[in-house]
Amino acid sequence: MVETDMNSQAKADRKAGETVLVADDIKRHYEIPQGAFGKPRILKAVDGASFTLQRGQTLAVVGESGCGKSTLARVVTMIEPASGGSLRIGKTDVVNASRSQLAALRSKVQIVFQNPYGSLNPRQKIGAALEEPLLVNTNLSKKQREAKARAMMAEVGLRPEHYDRYPHMFSGGQRQRIAIARALMLDPSILVLDEPTSALDVSIQAQVLNLLRDIQKRYNLAYLFISHDLSVVRYIADEVMVMYLGHPVEQGSRDAIFASPQHPYTKALLSATPVADPEGKRERIVLTGELPSPIAPPPGCTFHPRCPMAADICKRLVPPVQRVCGTTSWCHRPWEAETESAA
Amino acid sequence: MSLLEFTNLSVEFETLNGGFRAVDNVSLTVDPGEVVAIVGESGSGKSVSMLAVMGLLPWTAKVTADRLTFQGRDMLSMRPKEKRKIIGKDISMIFQEPTTSLNPCFTVGYQIIETLKKHTDLSRAERKNRAIELLRLVGIPAPERRVTAFPHQLSGGMNQRVMIAMAIACDPKLLIADEPTTALDVTIQAQILELLIKIKEENDMGLVLITHDMGVVAETADRVIVQYAGQQVEQQDVKGLFRDPHHPYTAALLAALPERATGDQLPSIPGVVPGQFDRPAGCLFSPRCSFVFDRCHKEQPTQAGKELGCALCHTPLVAGKPQNEAA
Repeated sequence: MVETDMNSQAKADRKAGETVLVADDIKRHYEIPQGAFGKPRILKAVDGASFTLQRGQTLAVVGESGCGKSTLARVVTMIEPASGGSLRIGKTDVVNASRSQLAALRSKVQIVFQNPYGSLNPRQKIGAALEEPLLVNTNLSKKQREAKARAMMAEVGLRPEHYDRYPHMFSGGQRQRIAIARALMLDPSILVLDEPTSALDVSIQAQVLNLLRDIQKRYNLAYLFISHDLSVVRYIADEVMVMYLGHPVEQGSRDAIFASPQHPYTKALLSATPVADPEGKRERIVLTGELPSPIAPPPGCTFHPRCPMAADICKRLVPPVQRVCGTTSWCHRPWEAETESAA
Repeated sequence: MSLLEFTNLSVEFETLNGGFRAVDNVSLTVDPGEVVAIVGESGSGKSVSMLAVMGLLPWTAKVTADRLTFQGRDMLSMRPKEKRKIIGKDISMIFQEPTTSLNPCFTVGYQIIETLKKHTDLSRAERKNRAIELLRLVGIPAPERRVTAFPHQLSGGMNQRVMIAMAIACDPKLLIADEPTTALDVTIQAQILELLIKIKEENDMGLVLITHDMGVVAETADRVIVQYAGQQVEQQDVKGLFRDPHHPYTAALLAALPERATGDQLPSIPGVVPGQFDRPAGCLFSPRCSFVFDRCHKEQPTQAGKELGCALCHTPLVAGKPQNEAA
């Protein structure tokens, strides 16, 4: 009984739209040793990303593999420290936080990984997997832990008899439900979803996306949704951040990004996403080449070797921030300005 | 004459708990220059049916068919030695995960040359040149250097291009692509699909595309076959399928796409594809179907006519409404 009171109290404290995370110019660099005498080289996995997360809102991070979106997730979940910039979660500054403060914060940010086949321990029963976060972080009794785990299973649409089963007895969709339930056990305020549906079939993907939406509403959670599937992003996101080679290239509300993308990379991504309509005619921008190595990024605008509109200036200067049509983009020649000057 | 033709192909696996029918009476014809897509969720038998055609299944699999011909030649009665002359040369396959399908112990050049050695009488130097030419053809930069690279030195997109280069090494007449872009990023996916279509057009090649991505189907295929739990549930040309799906499963699959969502909730299909032990009696889709009625649980449906997309359903849909409900 006490439990439920606490829950309702906690829920009442949460107002939709309340800012729960502020990231300012986050960087995450790795040193790559070059032998005993060589100077180590720096790999800039994330190089200056700024965003905020609000309760009840979803920020989607989009980009190709190697663009730093998973590293960003690791920094936000405090698996890895940021090497620069500031990160504030709730009212705590993560960079200067003490160990005990960090420990408390970690339960506030939880993550659901991409591959539900790899993220669950095959030797651990579902019940034990769900109770483990409570065992480590709280001093609830065994009975209370089991009660909480069972309640959470019901929340995510698992049946009570699943409590004593092993992960191999479940399908991909159900495993992802288990992973989501486990992430919710500590009553977090931020959920980081690292490509939660990319390993699932379409019909199962729809079930999981629906579940995520329900849970967001019920618990007023802030989502950081990492994906490369733009049709999923369009469905679930409120804000979108497009990343390329560790740096955001365009940021804005979902509607603005999908209606009038400004950065050529966003345009190319949108046009490369297959649309399930054989009768629709569209122009496709096919990018040549692949993502360059982040150890030796191209000078100037990092996108210029693949950009269909690259000019001379792009090879020399880092592009400035542009605010056009409701989106923030980093480009010398955003689409709108280009079409205006052409007219 | 059609390129590949088979009727009533079934594959049964011998398991400890008795036989399991992974593919159940599937038929297919592919013409030169045509792209046929086979769609379905995992476990629907789309890969297995094509592996059966290639003869790549383990001995536990029992493959039966009424008819299986390639360019008019009967492949069922063909001797293995003759069959090996066709497989890899005239029919070739691109496998799903390039990183696990390529041998990590050999250079990619060696693996391409292996095919050429088997099927052509080119000299050693010619083979090497051809390998470089193939790598250039699939859009790998600096192919002279890459020919001596090992798979782990290349990215996923590059490895997939190597797989394609291997598959098209002997100018196949039929290419089976098993989820060729599933592991890749959208921008690379667009490049690979464009490449496949280009090769198809240049060589008048037949292309069988196995995928679960409806977007890829819509953009590349001419004809679509929808498979569910080993059965062919619908067959239509691509425009018809997306405009007016006749089988409830196809309709539900299309409705579940996030890009087609209209409301707050995505219309999902409850449950999962039945496995070996939970096969329902009657229609295999009945436990998940939203148009289900008594008969579906008892009787197996028969295939509807061509005008209804050969839908395997008691009440095929027309414009989203079930037909002959009274019957």
